[in-house]
Amino acid sequence: MAWLLFIFLSIVCAGSVAAMIISKNQAHNALFLVLAFAALGGVFGLLDAPFVAVVQIIIYAGAIMVLFIFAIMMINLKEGLPAERKKIIYPIAGVLGIVLLLELVAVARRAFLQGAEAVPAGAGNLAGIGHLLFKDYLYPFEITSVLLIAALVGAMVLSSKKESP
Amino acid sequence: MIPASAFLVLAIILFGLGILAFFIKRDLLTQFMAVEIMLNAGNLAFLALAKASARAEAQVIVFFVLTVAAAEAVVGMAIVLHVFRQKKSVRTEDASELKG
Amino acid sequence: MAGSFWLIPLIPALSTLILLLLGSGLSRKWVSIQACLSVFLSFILSLASFIHLLRMPGETPAVVKTLLPWISSGTLSAPISLSFDPLTAVMCLVVTCVGFLIHVYSVGYMASDRDYSRYFGFLNLFTFFMLVLVMASNIVLMFVGWEGVGLCSYLLIGFWFERPAASRAGMKAFIVNRIGDAAFILGILFLIVTVGSPDFARINSAAAGGGLAPSLVTLIAILLFAGAVGKSAQIPLYVWLPDAMEGPTPVSALIHAATMVTAGVYMVARLNGLYSASPVASSVVATIGAVTAVFAATMALVQTDIKRVLAYSTISQIGYMFIGCGVGAYAAGIFHLATHAFFKSLLFLAAGSVIHALSGEQDIRKMGGLRRHLPRTFPTFLAAALAISGIPFLSGFFSKDAILTSAFSSGHIVVWVLGLAGAIMTAFYMFRLVFLVFYGQEKAGAEAQHHLHESPSVMTVPLMILAVFSVLAGYVGLPAVVGEKADVFGRFLEPVLRLPGAVLSAAVEWNLILVSTVAAVGGLFIAYLFYLRYPRTPGVLVARFPWIYKVLVGKYYVDEFYDAAIVRPVVRGSELVYDHFDLKVIDGSLNGSAAAANAAGLGLSRLQTGLIKDYALAFLLGVVLFVGFILFLKI
Repeated sequence: MAWLLFIFLSIVCAGSVAAMIISKNQAHNALFLVLAFAALGGVFGLLDAPFVAVVQIIIYAGAIMVLFIFAIMMINLKEGLPAERKKIIYPIAGVLGIVLLLELVAVARRAFLQGAEAVPAGAGNLAGIGHLLFKDYLYPFEITSVLLIAALVGAMVLSSKKESP
Repeated sequence: MIPASAFLVLAIILFGLGILAFFIKRDLLTQFMAVEIMLNAGNLAFLALAKASARAEAQVIVFFVLTVAAAEAVVGMAIVLHVFRQKKSVRTEDASELKG
Repeated sequence: MAGSFWLIPLIPALSTLILLLLGSGLSRKWVSIQACLSVFLSFILSLASFIHLLRMPGETPAVVKTLLPWISSGTLSAPISLSFDPLTAVMCLVVTCVGFLIHVYSVGYMASDRDYSRYFGFLNLFTFFMLVLVMASNIVLMFVGWEGVGLCSYLLIGFWFERPAASRAGMKAFIVNRIGDAAFILGILFLIVTVGSPDFARINSAAAGGGLAPSLVTLIAILLFAGAVGKSAQIPLYVWLPDAMEGPTPVSALIHAATMVTAGVYMVARLNGLYSASPVASSVVATIGAVTAVFAATMALVQTDIKRVLAYSTISQIGYMFIGCGVGAYAAGIFHLATHAFFKSLLFLAAGSVIHALSGEQDIRKMGGLRRHLPRTFPTFLAAALAISGIPFLSGFFSKDAILTSAFSSGHIVVWVLGLAGAIMTAFYMFRLVFLVFYGQEKAGAEAQHHLHESPSVMTVPLMILAVFSVLAGYVGLPAVVGEKADVFGRFLEPVLRLPGAVLSAAVEWNLILVSTVAAVGGLFIAYLFYLRYPRTPGVLVARFPWIYKVLVGKYYVDEFYDAAIVRPVVRGSELVYDHFDLKVIDGSLNGSAAAANAAGLGLSRLQTGLIKDYALAFLLGVVLFVGFILFLKI
């Protein structure tokens, strides 16, 4: 049962990303991405990480993608871009990408040669994460909130249309 | 149960797709989306290993990555808007001020 | 007091430091007093140490003091070590006594010069180096003094460096000296390698004891002598000395008459063990000395600049000193060194007085009849001229006679003949000078006539003191015919300089003395005939033998020969090297590396396209490499 769910969610996720790549319409791209994030949230849930799954849906699929859509709306790009000349970057990037993928697969296999594939004992629940966040990782937590403020201020400054005197 | 390695494979596939998207697309906004995909692939990998090693710290890391990605998205949007206002286009090739 | 002999060089050194560093701020009076006093103190110390030496018992009186270990590497040890033995005592006394008198004279001579303290600073520096040279107990330290006096010579010849002739003369002196010094250094190196130590005592005993191969001894002796040839202005490296007359006259007196140029003679005498062990080298020394004595004297016959006559005379007289050393009569050579220091420096200082009186005129054809106007300079000059000519009962007679007698008694007849010829010429050209300058018609220009005056006391008193020495100094070294123990000087030096073995019968000795006297008086008489009695004779002779005269006045064209054969090719060669190596290779590689860096930077800047995708590609490449790195290291 879990397998079926997993396979389904993976196909949805990967497929949406693929569709995003193929589509040339920016709004379509954004929407496909929302779907991908939602599917990913489901996958997170399969991984015994309910908190992260929900957070993923709320923040990624919700807030960030909304941000993207706002931006798309504001930019209001016309359809279609002229064809691009052939550039040497594409074959090189392609080769490098494939090499990277192979390397990553090798890394993954090595990681699992030693590791167990055990089931965590319920440490992924909310209480457990809360404990970690507020005890061992309190400092990063607080600093992250400062980071958010900084980002907020930065965005506001950047997007103000004030002319400099 | 589903082995963690399967999730890792999915993460790798998503990461590869993200790279592909970044290089193929020519407008800034979509390239940004590709970056988000790559970040998420990373998150997935973290969680897979969290399950494999039975440690919950990885989830904490994911939490932070998420937060930072959000902040980065905000600021990135602001910059993209700026670029659009200056150049009236979001084509990446046009933003080559740092040449030389 | 005895143990403090090592202060002798250091007092002038201290004075030099003060004068050269602070001199421009000190008053002239202070500078004069300090400079003269420092040399005077050295003289007193030398005197005290000398007296102490006289009282020391034993065969070989000497004191040694090591100041610093300096070079100590493996078996080689060259410490800064000063010694005081009879030979050093003689040299120190000469250097400090004559040096002091010349310092006092300079107070008057340089009174109107701008660079007063620099002059005295250099003069003291020279005194320091010269004292180091004669007091060193090993050849490496002596070489320090050797080079030091060469440096001071350069500095003082070119003292008025704004005059191009003076600058060039200074350079010429230094460079010609250098050629000799190159051979000298080779000699030192050979000594260190074969004997194992630069110490004089060990060298002399090693050579005398037969521990070194004869050919090696000869080689080393000749190499060292080559250095002496440069320093003491013998053939073929004498060309710098006449030009050195560009310097101030007291400098010519001190450095180029009394002390520095005699350093070569001192060196040969100090290493007498080495030279005695090599008959070949000694013959070379004596031969070069003899030939130079005659050669230089011929050129002195026709010179018209008063200082140049004295310069060639110096070259000639040093030749005599080398004759003495070359035939084994080292003490005689040193004896002549001492007496020569007195009368030659007197001659130079008196000439300076004449030049000063005539407001700078140095051409003897424009002098004449000065004996009336220079009542104190004239008698002193005359005394020195009589001494140098070897007129009996003056110092020069005794010392020159000692040398010629030794030459004859050791079988070097040719050398003796040459020496005699030189003696005749010496008397001739010296009295030519006396008669042309002090007798006859006054030929000075009206301007000079107007300012004609005797020099101040500060200049004439040293002259008189030196004149006394020139007359009396010979009586310490009377010839053997007078008495068995008459040669006080030789016996004093005997522990260091062995006396030659050959003894002549009284009759032969008296005959030799007679011949020398006839030569000296004869030369004087001929000069009298040529310049006082029949003054047209020189002119007639020149007209009859114009070629000879031209060659003599042109100094045998040696300078021109050197210029064409050596100087020009070297200059041309260095220009070629400069064009092809210095400019192209060295500058080229430097500029080339700069250009390469530039090009590399330019090339690398092409990577910065400003396009995001290119940068992303770089990222990707980095990640691939990084992950691959981790994979391969199995981390």
